[in-house]
Parts: sequence; C-alpha cells; structure tokens
Amino acid sequence: MSAQPLIEISEVTKRYPGGHEALSNISLGIEQGEMVFLTGHSGAGKSTLLKLIAAIERPTSGHIIVNGQNVGRMKRPALPFFRRNIGLIFQDHKLLYDRSVFDNVLMPLHIQGVIGNDAARRVRAALDKVGLLNKERARPITLSGGEQQRLCIARAIVSRPALVLADEPTANLDDAYARDIMDMFRAFNEVGVTLVISTHDQDLINRYGGHKVTLAYGKQVV
Amino acid sequence: MKAWLAHHLHSLKIAAEQFRAAPVATLFTILVIGVAVSLPAGLYVLLGNLERAAGGVKPQAEVTAFFKEVDETKARALAASLKKRVDVADVQFVSKTDGIQRLESAGLAEVALGLPENPLPHTLVLTPKEATPEALEALAAEVKSNPDIERVLVDTDWIKRLAALMQLGRDLVGMLIVVLGVALAAITANTIRLQIYAQEDAIEVARLIGATDRFIRRPFLYFGGIQGLVGGLAGWSLVIAGGLLLESSVAQVAAAYGSQFLLAGLSLQETGLLLLFSSMLGWLGAYFAVGRALRQGD
Repeated sequence: MSAQPLIEISEVTKRYPGGHEALSNISLGIEQGEMVFLTGHSGAGKSTLLKLIAAIERPTSGHIIVNGQNVGRMKRPALPFFRRNIGLIFQDHKLLYDRSVFDNVLMPLHIQGVIGNDAARRVRAALDKVGLLNKERARPITLSGGEQQRLCIARAIVSRPALVLADEPTANLDDAYARDIMDMFRAFNEVGVTLVISTHDQDLINRYGGHKVTLAYGKQVV
Repeated sequence: MKAWLAHHLHSLKIAAEQFRAAPVATLFTILVIGVAVSLPAGLYVLLGNLERAAGGVKPQAEVTAFFKEVDETKARALAASLKKRVDVADVQFVSKTDGIQRLESAGLAEVALGLPENPLPHTLVLTPKEATPEALEALAAEVKSNPDIERVLVDTDWIKRLAALMQLGRDLVGMLIVVLGVALAAITANTIRLQIYAQEDAIEVARLIGATDRFIRRPFLYFGGIQGLVGGLAGWSLVIAGGLLLESSVAQVAAAYGSQFLLAGLSLQETGLLLLFSSMLGWLGAYFAVGRALRQGD
C-alpha cells in the first residue's frame, strides 16, 4: 500500500494525574495487514498503548497517527466515526448482560445505521465465524469464559473493521481456548485485517510469530 | 430515511422498556409532574373564570351621576349639553325604566320583582376623554354643581382594585409556571439520572464502539418527553376533575343570586400548549441529565 504505516506512534508519553508515567517516549510503526503482538509484564503499558490508539485516552506528549488521522488531537464529535473503523476486544469483554448474544453483536451495526435483514445476516455471519451461531438467543451470562471472549470478538468484527485491537484476549483462558481464539485472529489477518494483540503469553507469540513489540515499565525494549 | 425511522422507533422502544422496567416509580413521577402542572393550570382556569364573572365590567374610567326627582326630558337635556363638552367622550343616559330593565337582564330579575316601585333615579354615565384621576375628579365636581344632580360616583377605585387583583393573579400564574416548570425539568432530570446509573455499562460500550452522543441521548430524550407529556395529561385531568367537583357548588352559588354561571375549563389550544410545555420541559430535563453524564464519561 502507501509508504505511510497504518499506525504511526512517535515519541509518545502518557502520564496519568498523580505523576505515574504509563508510557515513556514510545515510537513505533504498524503497517497495514500486520499482526502485532504487544508484550510485557502486567502494568508495562500494553493496555494504555491500545487505549491511545483507539482514542480512548490521549497522549500527554508525542503523536499517534492512525489512517492519516492524528488521534491525540481528534475533536470529540469525530471520535465515534473514528472508532467505527476499529474493532475493540476487551480483556473484561464488556458484554451487555441485559440482552441476548444476537443483540450484543447487533449493537455496532445498529449504531452505524445498519438495520433489518441486512444487519441480521451480518450478525449471523459474525457469530458463525466465532462458532456461536447456535447460541444467538442465549444471554451472555450463561456462556463460558471462552465463549464470552468469542462473543466479544464477534461484536468487534461484525462491522468489518480494517483494524482490530485486542487487549489480553486469551488472559483467562486455558490453552485450547486460547489457541482457538488465536486461530481466529490469524484467519482475520489472512484476509487483510490489521491486528494489534496484547498478551503476556510468550508461548503463544512464539507459536504464531509476527511483529513483536515488548514493553517494560512503560519503555520500549529493543 | 428508513434507517432514520428505524433509529427513532428503536429509541422509542428503549424508552418504553424503561417505563416497563420501573412502572411504580414512573407512575409516582408522573403524578408529581401532574400536580406540578395542575397548580399553575388550575390557577389559570380560576382566573379566567373570575375574569369572565366580572365580565360586563369594562376597566374604564367612568363618572356616574344620579339625578334628583326630575322629569326625563329635563334630564335628557342635561345629558345632551354635557355631550357637547370637549373633555367628554361619551354620555350615556339611563332612564328609570332602562335601569330596572338592565337589572332584570343582569340576572337579578327576582330582586327587581321584589321591589314595590322603581326606586332607581335617572342616571348619567359619563366617559371622559382622558382617563386620568384628575380629569375624572374635575368632571365629577362640575357635574355635581348642577342643582338637579343628587349624587356623583367616580367609580375608578374598585376597577383599579379589580384590575390590580387580576394582574396579581396573572403574575402569580406566571411565577408558578416558572417555578414549577423548573421543578418539572428537575424531576425528569433526576429520573433520567437514575436510569443512566442503571445503564452505565451500555452507555460505556456504546461509546467505545462508536455511538455518537446523539444516539446515546435519544432514548432518554424520548423517555423524558413522553413522561412530561403523560404528566401534563395527568395535570390536565386534575384540573378538569377539580372543575367538575366545583361545578355543582358554583352553580348553587350562582343560583342563589338568581343567575347562571358555567365554569369554563381549558380550551383546546390551552390544553395543547400545556401538553407541549410539559413535554418540552421533560425533554429538556433529560437533555441536561444525559449531557452531564456524557461529559463525565470523557
């Protein structure tokens, strides 16, 4: 594609109120179509970096360019439209327990104004990809941990984003489930989706390879 | 267009679910809004009826002069000469017989019938060009100096008092509208605030996956608006119910005076305005509550 990477992070520092510096002077480029692992001990700044990329938080200094847009300077009304291009997968799933599996996955489409049969077809396609098609009427609370994580993935990919950010997607899962999920990510990557996955599981990274970025105490380890 | 409609329908559905989720709490809120609406609306209706009861009275400065026992032609001659004066706008001559007829048509027929003979004098009602108290007093003094005139009434005071009282009432209605309107918006804002607490997760997730503020706000706005509307209807019902309760006793009072008086309620336009106003305030309260929550989420 173009010479400019999809995500360009230059000299980014994030300091939280109270003085704790979560990230110090990080610079990094992620190309379109890459599968990147963010690794490091817990508290190393992996989640913070993902939040900065998704414009959930803003950098204290430095800048982050995603798809040509300066994320740190983005105006509030532009944020929702920016986030629609990103699939977010959270460590704690952030599923809504007051509605069905189907309705959870429908939410991003509904927000973007996709409705009716078109939306239903896409929801089922996403559920099918993560193997939850037979559970569409279930409540998320009745699902196992692995199933909840897969549901979160279905919600992230239903609007077909070009970029997926996953924060510790395999953290609380046993090995077989973790491999399931990683296989899914690899399949998305093969069709051109850029993935940034944070994990502290070295075995997983060794098995799936790809671009690896290691953080330690908020600093980049080269 | 279809998506837009679907959005709104969906927001309405969510709002309806909120009603279903807490029917008792919602009912109480609606009742409170109803009472808040009924107070100014009720006072407004009361005032309207009072004004109507005081009806025939024109808030105009007049000088009334009563003749001594003189015959009608002489009295009419004086009326004609007074009419030519530059400071007099109008002279109305009310003869003895006219006077008793007026009494009868004013609904006091029984009173008139009860009188052995017509006790009313010929009367002049003078309207001065200038309605200032000075002009009135001057005219009154002038008329009083005429030997055929028994008594002169300058009846500005009670008209002034009535007008002042009515104005006071209108001011009171205005004040109540403002105070209770703020209360209505605040009540709604509080209900919405509780709903937002209950839905914090959904709002957070919606924002993370790209929902605009408008999208998040819409169901709450619908809820606030509909709650305001239903509350307004409750207030309207309270006013109408109050009117019905009072109707028979008002009729009795009127009958005791040999008159008829029907209480007027709110007109269609007034009802529409009331409902519009209460819905808008509910909407506004919701808007502020959600706006606050959205800003806190940043």
